[in-house]
Amino acid sequence: MLVARDLSIRFGGVAAVQQVSLTVGPRRIVGLIGPNGAGKTTLFSLLSGFLRPESGSIVFLSHDITNMPPHAICRLGMTRTFQIVQPFAGQTVRDNIAVGAHLHHRRRSAALHAAEDVAARVGLTAELDKLAANLTIAGRKRLELARALATQPQLLLLDEVLAGLNPQEIADMIPVVRSIRASGVTIVMIEHVMQAVMSLADIVHVLANGRMIASGSPAAIANDPAVIEAYLGRGTADKLRRAAESAHG
Amino acid sequence: MRNLAGVAVFVVVTALVPTIVTSGTVLNAIILTLYALLLGQAWNVLGGYGGQFSFGHAVFFGTGGYVMAVLQIRFGLSAWVAMPAAIAAGAAVGALVGALTFRYGLRGSYFALVTLAFAEVFRILANTFAFTGAGVGLMLPLAESPARLQFAGRAGYLYLILGFVLAGFAVHLWLGHSRFGARLTAVRDNEASASALGVDVFRVKLGAIMISGALMAAGGVFYVQYLHYLDPAIAYGPAVSVEALLVPIVGGMGTLFGPLLGAVALHALSEGTRNLFGDAPGISLALYGTVLIVMVRYMPRGLIGLFDRRGP
Repeated sequence: MLVARDLSIRFGGVAAVQQVSLTVGPRRIVGLIGPNGAGKTTLFSLLSGFLRPESGSIVFLSHDITNMPPHAICRLGMTRTFQIVQPFAGQTVRDNIAVGAHLHHRRRSAALHAAEDVAARVGLTAELDKLAANLTIAGRKRLELARALATQPQLLLLDEVLAGLNPQEIADMIPVVRSIRASGVTIVMIEHVMQAVMSLADIVHVLANGRMIASGSPAAIANDPAVIEAYLGRGTADKLRRAAESAHG
Repeated sequence: MRNLAGVAVFVVVTALVPTIVTSGTVLNAIILTLYALLLGQAWNVLGGYGGQFSFGHAVFFGTGGYVMAVLQIRFGLSAWVAMPAAIAAGAAVGALVGALTFRYGLRGSYFALVTLAFAEVFRILANTFAFTGAGVGLMLPLAESPARLQFAGRAGYLYLILGFVLAGFAVHLWLGHSRFGARLTAVRDNEASASALGVDVFRVKLGAIMISGALMAAGGVFYVQYLHYLDPAIAYGPAVSVEALLVPIVGGMGTLFGPLLGAVALHALSEGTRNLFGDAPGISLALYGTVLIVMVRYMPRGLIGLFDRRGP
């Protein structure tokens, strides 16, 4: 449903994303991993229209969205969350989610009603009347997710929704992500929490230094020498292999 | 519902004042407070609900005033025709300023400075052209008749300004209960989030500045009808811009009743200083500046924060 070809962008002298291609099939959970500074969030910004690529093209549901602004892409059915949560801090959780719900509901009452339904899906019902600023980190991550869901996306780009959560909160969040996919939404998620990526994703793509260096099933990726080197440094895969051999031998 | 009832009570009580009070001084004080309230409401739509701080709202005020005056004086049009034209002109100038600033993503102090510059450019233009009376200004001939929106007593003017204020309240109520209002406050609180959620930030800001400009132009219409005179310094000078922004900042930005509190407080304050210091030039501006600093430093939510303990 999403086909990005040869996307590139540079900031000054830094080639943040170079020649990256990505295909996302319907109803998948696609993991996007890579070391810090690899260009993962930049890639999300390109896909969702916050940045324009210098070259390459993006086709979503057979629309060319390469140069579309974010709100137009959202209307077509793709939206993103932010790694650093960006709530409307002075507004209640209900009002926050309603902003997303207004995309398909003109009437205020309908949007507020839809906001309650979405809150129930992500477990925010008890916090509906709290100010977004007064939520815990876990609550804000859920709010970020809820607002995006309220726009009724077909493709959801999740930027580190698990970062900063404790193990219990992560365990609580994983079934929420699963249930979103089960409801028919395709998900691309940037994530550093490896257990989560391994248990959720069907396919994992690895970015390093702005290039896509590997793609495959979670298990294959975990053993890919190029991926290990990207994370742990050049030559590490070799050293690990030799260490393992000498331990066995 | 409570908000709607509050507005209804305020409007009915104010409308009944002329049936009880006959003192011209008192009626004049109420009219000027309502006038400040209208300017504050206009600014509050864009600044309070939309988070776009304009330092040049005079550009809309002056345009409304000049269109009102020029259409009547130069073209002999009825005041009832000139009034909607003047208000529409305010919205049109809003669209112009908004298109030029928001298209290029001007925000914060950059937006403020550009609006200030717009007001100044319009002031110089009004100073130059003969049909705006140039530096001499325009006098609206006295002809007291409701057909000309001129009234023999102050009560008529009170109802005129109250009608505008009621429109301002209607806009505020609508912002609190509509998709547009939800999107506008979303843009104020976080533009990136809003656009990720499908909000067309540019269109929302453009709508807000047009509504704001229309209300502000209504202030200009009232000024011309009430005082029968307009010149470039009054129309496009900084005094009006400052009054428009001070009222909601003192009372409470982005709230329904904040501008009302602000208008009453500021009017009481300026009356008080006039009694203390007389009409010494510049004293009111110095005072307004002090009030602004104190409010921003100690009461960022405005006077309305005293009544509403909730929130950050």
